[in-house]
Order: sequence, then structure tokens, then C-alpha cells
Amino acid sequence: MIQTLLQQIINGLVVGSVYAVVALGYTMVYGILGLINFAHGDVLMVGALVAFTAITFFQAAIPGLSPIVYFALGLMVAMPACMAIGYTIERTAYRRLRNAPRLAPLITAIGVSFLLQTLAMIIWGRNYHSFPQLIQTAPIEIVSGVFMTPVQMTTVGLSAAMMVGLVLLVTRTNMGRAMRATAENHRVASLMGVDTNGIIALTFIIGSALAAVAGVMIASNYGVAHYSMGFMPGLKAFTAAVLGGIGNLAGAMVGGIVLGLVEAIGAGYIETWSGGWLNSSYQDIFAFIILGIVLIFRPTGLLGERVADRA
Amino acid sequence: MKKTVIALAVLGLGISAAQAQEVIKIGHVGPLTGNIAHLGKDNENGAKLAVEEYNAKGIKIGGKAVKFELVGEDDAADPKTGTTVAQRLVDAGVKGVVGHLNSGTTIPASRIYDQAGIPVITPSATNPKLTQQGYKAVFRTIANDVQQGAVIGKYSAQKLGKKVAIIDDRTAYGQGLADEVDKGVKAGGGTVVAREFTNNQATDFMAILTKIKATNPDVIVYSGMDAQGGPMLKQLKQLGITAKWITGDGGCTGEIIKLAGDAIGPNDYCTQAGLPLEQMPGGKDFKERFKKKFGADVQIYAPYAYDAAAAIIEAMKKANSSDPAKYLPALKASNFKSVTGTIAFDDKGDIKNGAVTVYQFENGAWKALKN
Amino acid sequence: MNDISQAIPYLGKRNPKAALLVLVVIALASPVVAAMFGNTWVRILNFAMLYILLAIGLNLVVGFAGLLDLGYIAFYAVGAYTWAFLASPHFGLHLPFWIVLPLGAGFAALAGIALGFPTLRLRGDYLAIVTLGFGEIVRIFMNNLTHPVNITNGPQGIDQIDGMSLFGIDLNRGLQITEGFQIKSLFLYYYVFLAFVVLAVILVKRIQVSRIGRAWAAIRDDELAAKAIGINTRNLKLLAFAMGATFGGVSGGLFGAFQGFVSPESFTLMESIAILTMIVFGGMGNLAGVIVGALALSFLPEVLRYIALPVQMAIFGKVFLDPEVLRMLLLSLAMILMMLLKPEGLVPAQARYSKADLLGDKEIAQ
Repeated sequence: MIQTLLQQIINGLVVGSVYAVVALGYTMVYGILGLINFAHGDVLMVGALVAFTAITFFQAAIPGLSPIVYFALGLMVAMPACMAIGYTIERTAYRRLRNAPRLAPLITAIGVSFLLQTLAMIIWGRNYHSFPQLIQTAPIEIVSGVFMTPVQMTTVGLSAAMMVGLVLLVTRTNMGRAMRATAENHRVASLMGVDTNGIIALTFIIGSALAAVAGVMIASNYGVAHYSMGFMPGLKAFTAAVLGGIGNLAGAMVGGIVLGLVEAIGAGYIETWSGGWLNSSYQDIFAFIILGIVLIFRPTGLLGERVADRA
Repeated sequence: MKKTVIALAVLGLGISAAQAQEVIKIGHVGPLTGNIAHLGKDNENGAKLAVEEYNAKGIKIGGKAVKFELVGEDDAADPKTGTTVAQRLVDAGVKGVVGHLNSGTTIPASRIYDQAGIPVITPSATNPKLTQQGYKAVFRTIANDVQQGAVIGKYSAQKLGKKVAIIDDRTAYGQGLADEVDKGVKAGGGTVVAREFTNNQATDFMAILTKIKATNPDVIVYSGMDAQGGPMLKQLKQLGITAKWITGDGGCTGEIIKLAGDAIGPNDYCTQAGLPLEQMPGGKDFKERFKKKFGADVQIYAPYAYDAAAAIIEAMKKANSSDPAKYLPALKASNFKSVTGTIAFDDKGDIKNGAVTVYQFENGAWKALKN
Repeated sequence: MNDISQAIPYLGKRNPKAALLVLVVIALASPVVAAMFGNTWVRILNFAMLYILLAIGLNLVVGFAGLLDLGYIAFYAVGAYTWAFLASPHFGLHLPFWIVLPLGAGFAALAGIALGFPTLRLRGDYLAIVTLGFGEIVRIFMNNLTHPVNITNGPQGIDQIDGMSLFGIDLNRGLQITEGFQIKSLFLYYYVFLAFVVLAVILVKRIQVSRIGRAWAAIRDDELAAKAIGINTRNLKLLAFAMGATFGGVSGGLFGAFQGFVSPESFTLMESIAILTMIVFGGMGNLAGVIVGALALSFLPEVLRYIALPVQMAIFGKVFLDPEVLRMLLLSLAMILMMLLKPEGLVPAQARYSKADLLGDKEIAQ
């Protein structure tokens, strides 16, 4: 029994750490612009599919390299591609609407999200693609009866590293200071000599790079890539960001992990707890229910930063 | 309104009078666009082959030489489009319909055919509900999910192991099949130790598989599509689960072999409604005729579409009329040998003795086991 | 009704009365014209009427009150399922339409309040995502409420739903006028749906210029200021949710009766987005625009099927883009481009009682 619980905790941690990385992207953009970048989840998907194409290409063009090299090559193509997409989205779709009424950028963001999905469907087709398994997936028994695979460990490790890196970037560098200033107040920041447009674009670029990594991680973990793979993780990551306190980097991390654990443990035990009335078919609504509860009772999130209706 | 109808009717009469032969239209519907367009085309070709072979024979109905014409429509596998094209076929005056491919489109469309009194025979929609709606002119030339689920359930319990866990994807197909598997397992003397659920967009099954692992099953049945089945097989391995695994026709594809990579093995089984082409009575011959005519290989259901069209034409011949109301009794009483076997329907319209084949993974492909 | 006449270009502005007359004629005659191309088109027209009802309802919430609702399809689902529960063999109930439809509308309104109440404090983005979650929760429950008691019949959906019966006329059977002349079922449904649309338009017109409508506009333009001048923003926002939901519920009930089959597949997020696109495309906050948008986008898939496919076949000899893909492409592009280039929509709202810019407050993002 305890093994099952431990295994569920590991399952939750792996999913949660992916949510956390994606949530960072939402939280950065929301912190600075007050905009839910609906398309963020779809940038993740593009990252995964670009990496898929790149890795397949390199495997055919330069055979015989170590799998890690292919993995790195895939990331090196996917990250710039996503950065370019993130920048393009900001420049063409969002920047012009920065001072527009509230609904306009939101509707545009939804449009961009669906546009990315449709374009991906046209380019990569509707089928699920088998993502090359470059990191070991053979399970390692940690405790008796509890398993974790190297790819899962990499996922957790990479996301921890990215979160630490991002926190350092934001708190310790001049660029980070400029980002925080812009988030605090655009106009004052620009009066103080901060290139706010540049900072906002940069935020999108960094967020998209993180999304690319998250996309590749998801794809290598599950071994599939697909045009609609980004939407649900995107929504859930947003929930994680709100749960932790949007605009707060540590909050995104905490929110992601908590949500991952809630989903895994919820799916595993809800049937027992509800006496058979509910079951794992409700797995996808935990996130939405948490989102509703947090926004209603504690809109500042677990760690708190911003008040929801003022943002 | 009325005038137009009369005008159109006059026009129609003019056209048919000008032709030497009477043309009888038979409709076909399947997705010709979208991600299963290749299957839709396959079905259409199957029906087309039947129509052309009967035309070549020179059929007389009511003393007149007739020519059959296949009117192909595309429902894009979408329920709403399905009803729209069904209406279009009714407008076009077809006398019978072969189709649709999916249960999700066939069920809503069947209401429209029923209102117009036109018989419809599906070669591939396996949802049992289709023939349970009480419509008099709905038929199916392939085994339905009740039959398939029963086979999966019994095969699991009797050949693979007593303790069975069932996962379904909460689609109409997956849930319907899983319920039948559940019954089949019990009928076969096994026990269902867990029923878990996922959805048709999911890629992470770790939580439910971990839960299933705790119940220590001999067999895991997955009732859903290949896109989920592939990753599921991988995750089974990652959790160190060694139970056997079996899935229905949604996962019985080449795609799942690609997606599962090295996680698929001889412990994995699947089932298909119908017989493999080489086991059908007229399969070998059909394969050659099909190849010669269309330059393509049979995908899956073409023989069943062929038989569906054949059933309509045979019934018209027997009743000596192309009027749906007149040939319907003959269709109900169909009993003739064709490509997939003997075509005869039970009182609901399902094929009698519909075959289901079990496959096992072997040397990189699904291999049919002898029944 | 002058607003509605704007749907006709040029004439609408010069001679609203004549334009209105033209509209009436078009509305009455369109199924007859459509039937000449086959009953398929009448069926599409019927669905278009349902979409108009939905778009009018969503417009109350988004266009008038400025509350972005991404889970609107949930109310449509509530209406459709109410009809399915009360008038089908599923529970063995066959209640008449004048009980079922108001009940469906009422349940939808309750659902609207249930969604509105907890989200009163939320605005903009947060509201959007919570409503999206609400829509998904409703759909997931409909897909799964089969155990231990079978309520919704899950993904199998409910079929054999009774059609509408009005004044003793069964709409599914058609109306036999004389021996040789019958008004077909499809036509009967069209005119019933049209009547609902006309009713909705009149109702919404009245609301728009009433105290309520003006208060909504005030909330939309600046909630704080609205509160300051004594508008009860809580009740009015709830009212907007409830009324919008009512339209969704009515439309859903009609859908259930017309289609005869409901399943959770019909109530996906994509449908919510499609309806939102209709009002964005036509012109938020403006009835004529909303109707034009709903009509245009409900005919789009069919038009694509008839034009895009043959054109691609003729030019390339094969189909590159399926109609469904093209539709998604055009919908998403429409959302982006309309917001960037013509945020007021195809048929912009009139300035009376509302700012030319109907999208909400001008407050700066921070």
C-alpha cells in the first residue's frame, strides 16, 4: 500500500515539475503584462514537434552519435524556433493591443492559440508522432516496488535547474531588475530609462524557450508528440501559476508540484474516498476546481503576490 | 414551393425518360477528408466495386435493364456533417445507403434515413446502439461491439488470466466496448479487479496504472484508440507491470506498434471485428479484383462495404423492385454467400454469426490467431 | 428595430424601414429558396438559427456586460440535456414542450447564477479561464455521470428524443395542409426557430435601452465608476449571466428536439470558441452584427466544402486542406485580425448608450 502511495507521489512530482516549468512562462508574462498568454501551451507543442523533426533529421543525416547529442541538438533547434515564435506573437499580435480594452488581447490570445494548433496540424498532420526515446526509459527500482525511469529523473532535474536559473536571472541581474521594474509599473520604468518594449519582448522570448524545453521533456517522457498536446498542459500550468500566486516565480513552482500531486493522488484514491461515486474519469477536473476555489477564497494564491481583480 | 417541386419533378421525369436504362442510385458515406480519410476511401471503393460488378452482369429489375450508380459523400467523421450529407443523399433520391464509417456519424444520420424510409447498411460502425434504436431499415455487415467485447472478455478470462483490469477512454466507442468486455469476463469465469478511466487526449496514465498495479491483475484490457494505447504500453513497462495486455480494434493498428516502440511484445494482444482478408471465403479473389480495379490494397473494411452494397442489390433483384418499401422485406431476409461469408441479418439488423479475430504481437506485427 | 436593419449594407442606413422589410422577406423566404438547392441547406439554416440564439445570448454577457465567458456552451448543454431527460425514453418521461423548454431555460439560468455568484469578484482574464473551466467541468460530468446511477448515459448520449409538438402538430412529422401539399418537418422547425430568434431580438432590444442595459454598459465601461454611481453591480452581473444562460438553455432545448440525439461531444470548448468568434466577427455588443456573424460562420463550413474542395481539386488535383482545417484556420485568423484591425466587428455598434469602442474599459493594463 505504502508503495502505491510512494509511486503516486513520484508520478505527481514528475507531472508537477512539468507544470511548474510551463507555469513559469505564464507567470512571467502575466506578471509583466497582466495578460494570460493562452498560446503559451501551444508554443510548448511547437517546441516538441520541431524537436521531433530536428532529431529525426539529424538521426538520418549524421547517424551513430550518442543519444544525448541528438537530444541536445533537438533542444538547440527547438529553443530558437520557439523563441522566434514567442517574439513574433508578442510583436504582431499583442504589442498593438497593449493599451486596448481588456477583452481584445485576450480574444487575440485565444485566436493565436488555435492558429498555432491549426498550423501545426497542417504541417505535422493529425497523427500522433512517435518521439525518439533518447533518454533511458527502463525503470529503476528505487525502493522495492517503486519505480522511476531516467527520463523522469531528467525531467525533474531539468525543471529544477531551469527554475533556479530563472529565479537567479530575475533577482540577481540588471536585466532581472528591469523586468521587475516593468512589472511594477511600465511608465515609471520607462521614465527610469528601462526599454520596456525590449523587456516585454525578452520576457516572451525567455518564456518561450522554457516552453520549448518543457515540450521536449513531455514528448520524451511519454514518447509521443501531437498538435494538440499543448492545450491541456497549458491550462493546467496556468492553474498552477494561479494556485501558487501569479506573478510569483516560486509560487509557480509550488503550484505546479501541488497540482501534479493532487492529480496523481486524486486519480489514485478518489474512488476509495468517495465510496465509488467518483472515479478516475474525473481526473481532469481537479485542476479547474482548484482554480475556482483558489480564485474565490484566496485570489492571491498560496504564496501570494497580486490580487486577482486588480491585475 | 409547390410549383418548384412540380417543376423539378417534371424536369426529373424528362431526364429519366430520355435514358434507355433506368438508373438506380445507391449512396455511400464515409470520411473522405480528415485523419481517417484513407479508411473512408477504402469503404467507398469496396462499395463501388460491388456496384460495377453488378452493372457488368446486367441486372434487370421489373423487366427493365437497370444501371446502378454510387453517389459518394463525405461526412468528415463529424456527427453534424453526417446528418447534413445524409439529408443530401435523401434529396438526391438514393434507394439505399452504404455507410457511414463511424458509429458517431451513423447513429444521428440513421434517423434521417429512417424518416425517408431508406435502408442503410454500415460496413464498419460497430456501436451496438445503432441497431437498437428501433429503426426498421438499419443493417450492419460486420460484428458489433457487443460481439467483439464478449470475445475480448472471454478470451482474457479463459486464455490470459482470471484477474482482469479494464481501462476505457470515455468515448462512446471505448465505454461501450468496455461494458461488454466486463460482461464477457464475468461470463468467462474471470473477475474484474479494477475499472479505470482516461480520455482520448491523455498521454499520462501513470496514476491509473499505479492504482491497477496494486490490484495485481493477470490481464489489462484497454478499450480505446491506438494513440493512447502506445504510450500506455510504455508506461506499463516503466512501472514494472508484467500483466498481459489486450485491446480492441481501436488499438489493433500498425500505428500503435510505431508508438509503443520496444514496449510492445508477445504479451500484447488485440482484436478486430471481422476476419482477416486471407481468412474470408472470397478474400483472396477480392483482394486481386480490388487491386486490379483501384491499384490500391484493401485497408480494412472494403470487403464489408462490398457486401453491404451487394446486399442492397441482391434484395432489389429478389423483390424485383428498387422501391425501398418493397425491397426491404427481401433485405431483411437476405441469405447469400459473398466475400466475407454468408450475409444474413438477425431481427435487429446485425449480421448473423459476425466474426471477431484475435491477434497477437509477433515479430514486429499483429498476427491473426486461428479461431 | 432599426439596429437590425443595419445588417443590410447601405440601405440599412438610408432607409431603415425598407431594409427591415427586406429582412423580413429574406427571413421568411430563405428556407424555400434554400430547399431549391436541397433540404440539406434548410437543415443548415436551422442550425444557423440556433447559433443566432446562442450568439445573442453570449452577446448579452460579453458584449453588453463585458464579462468574457468561455464556457458558454455549458448552458446549451444544460438546455439540451434537460430536454433529453424529460422527453425521451431515457427516463421514460415524455413531457410536452411548454414544460420542458421553460424548465431547460430555468436550469440554464440557475447554472448561470451558479457560475456567476462565485466569480463576481473576477474580471477579464481570470473570469475567462474560470468560465472555461466551468464549461469543461459540465462536459466532463455529462460524460461520466453513469455510475453508480446512470443519469446522463455518459459518452453514448441520449437518443430517441421527442421532437417538438406545437398546437397538436408534431414537428417531426410535418404538417399536411391538403392532400398533395405538405409542409415538411424541416420547414416547420425553421419557422419555430425563427420565431424564437425574433422574440429574442425584440427582448434584447428592449433590455439594451432599459435601465438594465444601460447599467450593464456602465459596468462594462468602468465597473468602479458604475458602483460609485449606485449601480448594484453584483445583482446586475448575476442577471447578465442568468439571462445569457437562459438563451443558451432555450437554444439547447431546441437543438435536442431537432437533432433527436445529444451527447457530450457536441458541447466542447471549440463550440464555445466558435460562438465567441461569431460575435467578435460580427460586432460585439450589436445585435445586427451578432446575427450577421452567426449566419456567416454557420455557413462557413458548408461554403468551404463546396468551394474550397473543388477549387483545390481543380488546381492541385488533390486536397491539401480539409474543410475542417480551413475552418479552424479561418476562425482563428478571424479572431486575431478582427481584434487587430477592426475590433468593432463587421457591423459596428451605434454610439447610442455605448461607446463606439465596445470592448470594455479603457483603463491601462496596470
